[in-house]
Amino acid sequence: MKKTISASLVAAALVGSLTLGFGANASNAATSGASLPTLTKGFLTIGTDNPAYTPWFDSNKPANGKGFESAVAYAVAKQLGFPASKVKWVVAPFNTVIQPGKKAFDFDINEVSITPERAKAVDFSTGYYDVAQALVTTSKSKIAKAKSIADLAKAKLGASVGSTSYATINDVIKPKVKASVFDTNDLATAALKNGQIDGLVLDLPTAFYVAGAELSNGLIIGQFAPKAGSDQFGLVLTKGSTLTKSVSAAVDALRANGTLKALASKWLASVGGAPVLK
Amino acid sequence: MSYQPSELRLQREAARRRASRRSTLIAVVSTIVIGTILTVVVTGAPGFKAVKQSFFNWHYASSSFPHVLSGLWLNLRVLIVAGFIVLIFGLLIALARTSHSPVLYPVRLLATIYTDIFRGLPLLLVLLLVGFGLPGLGISWIPGSAVILGTISLILTYSAYVGEVIRAGIEAVNPAQRMASRALGLTQSQAQRYVILPQALRKVTPALLNDLISLQKDSGLISVLGAIDAIRAAQIDTSQSFNFTPYLVAGALFVSLTIPLTRFTDWLTNKQDRARVQQGQW
Repeated sequence: MKKTISASLVAAALVGSLTLGFGANASNAATSGASLPTLTKGFLTIGTDNPAYTPWFDSNKPANGKGFESAVAYAVAKQLGFPASKVKWVVAPFNTVIQPGKKAFDFDINEVSITPERAKAVDFSTGYYDVAQALVTTSKSKIAKAKSIADLAKAKLGASVGSTSYATINDVIKPKVKASVFDTNDLATAALKNGQIDGLVLDLPTAFYVAGAELSNGLIIGQFAPKAGSDQFGLVLTKGSTLTKSVSAAVDALRANGTLKALASKWLASVGGAPVLK
Repeated sequence: MSYQPSELRLQREAARRRASRRSTLIAVVSTIVIGTILTVVVTGAPGFKAVKQSFFNWHYASSSFPHVLSGLWLNLRVLIVAGFIVLIFGLLIALARTSHSPVLYPVRLLATIYTDIFRGLPLLLVLLLVGFGLPGLGISWIPGSAVILGTISLILTYSAYVGEVIRAGIEAVNPAQRMASRALGLTQSQAQRYVILPQALRKVTPALLNDLISLQKDSGLISVLGAIDAIRAAQIDTSQSFNFTPYLVAGALFVSLTIPLTRFTDWLTNKQDRARVQQGQW
């Protein structure tokens, strides 16, 4: 039931903004986007990397409104007073997101975890998703039957660079074998398929996608409790951006009215299924 | 009676000293002026504080140093193993390509095809094909280790380059040398071993060291297969802190390895040139 409601909500929002255009939407938005000091006046420029991965995006097309982060981006835009027709997407590789100085987007949405250390270099919105890390393997791997963190001591694990997954390996799992670090989840998945690594640490929604859709014999061993407090994804803005406050307020509003939760249950697999490894 | 330089010579030497003092002075002034302009332009830039914070941060430099250093150790080990094998393979390929015997035609053909392919293929592509393709075959004796597969890819690519460099050296030795050796009663292989190759390798030593330096830097590319080298270690730290300083640490370490190699190349080339001038070969 919940799923249908959220689905129709998003569909309505998208169809509404696409067909009815500016006037109809601006009237019921919280603020008018045109008054915000965005990069291009009257437009909201949103960055993400290319390729943009499922389930966060769909078919590598951020502008189609499908996938969790695309949907969240359009919801935030709407909250700020920008209909879908006033949203522009730009490709923003990881390094351009973290570089000093002005950035080519108003905000970036690309599964970036908020940490105090990173917040010294960029501005973050409040978190739009609470993320857990999970371990994926294949049924023929030697850790296929692992039940606890202790069972993983001798495993060769992998993660992709730029993720908090590598930190999870070193700080939480602490295997005896040095972990492998890959440029992208795709390369890490290829290494897992080949048996070059025994297991792959990913954020939980991606783990479900990789185990279910990319591996023919994929398994999720379990998820890990975050090291300190919770791990959250946030929107990234230029350090000291004048938009940070409005964007955070928009995310807060979407959390308060249940939109974030509804979008997560629409686009991300149910994440309750994986046991927490101790 | 001791040597008395002529009046003219003394004047000439004095003039030379004056000219040299004047050039030194001009060089010093010009360096100071250009240095000041660069400093003012860079430090006066509106974003300088942010750039300094992101690229020249002592805190991140010292915290990432041990990680980057242990990554560099991997680069060095790969460099030594790959460099050694590349030299041997390169030499074999060059010998095959410069052979003239009709019996060796298939070898010559294979060496030519090999060189054409591996000089043309981007190293990254070779790494992906060897690193993910070979283990994907599921053959049990093929290693899965990223370091071993990465080293194999480097050897494949660099042997093709080095083979061509050595071939150029062999072809630069005047054919008369070979004929003369044969006339003196040396066999074909003795002529190759004692007359042609020593001269050929001396001619291409600077070019070979250049390839070695290039190999040293490219050894970092094996990180696409999952191995943690100096650059990858820096990248991991950068992605945790959103601060680019670890890259600079890695850069400084690479340069500190390259400079001695470059100076060594210069020294070797100079020494050879001097020796040849003395022997009257020039």
